[in-house]
Amino acid sequence: MKRITIIAGHYGSGKTNIAVNLALMLKKQGIETVIADLDIVNPYFRTKDSLDELNDAGIKLISSEYANSNVDIPAIPQDMYSIVDDKSSHYIVDLGGDDRGAYALGRYADKIKEENDYDMFFVFNKYRPLTRDAESAFEVMKEIEDASKVKFTAIINNSNIGELTDAGAVLSSSEECNKLSFLSGIPVIFTTAEKSVCDSLNDFEGQLFPLSLQKKII
Amino acid sequence: MSDMVLMKGNEAIAEAAIKAGCRHYFGYPITPQTEVAAYMSKKMPKIGGTFLQAESEVAAINMVIGVASTGKRVMTSSSSPGISLKSEGISYLAGCDLPALVVNVQRGGPGLGGIQPSQSDYWQAVKGGSHGDFHNIVLAPASVQEMASLTVKGFELADKYRMVSMILADGTMGQMMEPVSLDIESTFTVEKPWAVTGTKGERKHNIVNSLFLQPEELEKKNFERFERYSLIEATEAMYEEYLMDDAEICVVAFGITSRVAKNAINEARKQGVKVGLIRPITLWPFPKAVLNKAADKCKAFISVEMNMGQMIEDVELSIRCKKPVYLCCRTGGMIPSPEQVLAKINEVNEKEA
Repeated sequence: MKRITIIAGHYGSGKTNIAVNLALMLKKQGIETVIADLDIVNPYFRTKDSLDELNDAGIKLISSEYANSNVDIPAIPQDMYSIVDDKSSHYIVDLGGDDRGAYALGRYADKIKEENDYDMFFVFNKYRPLTRDAESAFEVMKEIEDASKVKFTAIINNSNIGELTDAGAVLSSSEECNKLSFLSGIPVIFTTAEKSVCDSLNDFEGQLFPLSLQKKII
Repeated sequence: MSDMVLMKGNEAIAEAAIKAGCRHYFGYPITPQTEVAAYMSKKMPKIGGTFLQAESEVAAINMVIGVASTGKRVMTSSSSPGISLKSEGISYLAGCDLPALVVNVQRGGPGLGGIQPSQSDYWQAVKGGSHGDFHNIVLAPASVQEMASLTVKGFELADKYRMVSMILADGTMGQMMEPVSLDIESTFTVEKPWAVTGTKGERKHNIVNSLFLQPEELEKKNFERFERYSLIEATEAMYEEYLMDDAEICVVAFGITSRVAKNAINEARKQGVKVGLIRPITLWPFPKAVLNKAADKCKAFISVEMNMGQMIEDVELSIRCKKPVYLCCRTGGMIPSPEQVLAKINEVNEKEA
């Protein structure tokens, strides 16, 4: 596992949920882990929603002090520089959606590339209306790379239709995700599914990553 | 299930508008509504439509007036402070008898307020919200699917009655993601002989105007408009009833609070309290008749709102103050919890025993 894991993708593709789940998994393996919430575009449903769970697990969260507040300021705290300065910990960077959200990574891009110990994962959900096929997802991917000045290294297939997700929905997303892998020339590192859906995917070809859902449900 | 997609409420509004034939969107970004504009900016250029980020909300609503005058389906969207800026144009749309869709994804107020969800623009929405004698049709979705279906309905009602339809959502409805079927279309169309489309030298020119300096003429216009409003009140009220058959307490809630209320009602039912829900789907016309009927058998009402108590007045008017109406609310961007609503149900149940 590389020292920095950057999670990026189309907005609403599931980045925050994956970031939190990945952090919890790494911590369980005894790896000192920090989540850096670099989302400057999303007003609701933030990494901070999982603050208690992260605290309990001993995972540090760096987040805008304005996140989830009533202040609409896309500010980044100064300790965000520890992503590139503090080489003793593993960092999971939760980026905002689309190219607009990815700009925030640009100021750290040179140092990230200089250290060259990072992965940047593109989160793909074929059930999102603007990334239903590989071509449109590939377009988003290129826009994010241009904005962030960092290249993707792999794809996470997070295709889901919320509570309606079943094994069939996951299976039928593989074809489009593989096409995206072909178009972009980077591998699919794993496919996610909520834990109970994972259990019904016994003969799935490829790496599965079981998710527990972190977000508030109303 | 493969025809289902996972959407944010704001995106569902945008996609449904496109499906309803809207090809003109004018807006100005504001949290928590910005995804409507963002979606339109991506999609409209690809389908030959117009997305325009105006220099202000005031400019955007006046662009809406322009397109509406030509008879094309047109919309704008904003959040609370932005709707106040658009309110002058909304009155002009009413005065010109022009159909248009206006979306308000509410945040806390007054003033610049905050960015968390709210229902505190209820009064503004259902009482017209601007100067002059007029109403808007006001639709209150309670799921992402309804954000889509009521957007289509909104365009159809606007065309049918030549007036503004407003989607009154809130920040949570706009931001939350749910599965949506996009198997939606608009089958209702009307002729628009009044539209300003060029005479080609073949007919007398049409005039779209809200200025009537002769009081007799303006009064006649307002009388005509209110005849239409009476027809709408008699025929277009929409609501959902939940567990109302044997209910002794009737909770009234719309939009996101109706979902919180349902959770509380399910819990109260487990504890043996006979409680149900009437969820107004149209806030104007308000479903007065069904509430008034409920007042004949229920002992009390509880209005659950994300404001200091606004809809409660319409509940009281609808039931002619026949039964007590209690308020259960949060404000300023706070959402009531199911526990808070449950406690209120139990309190009212004991009080009115």
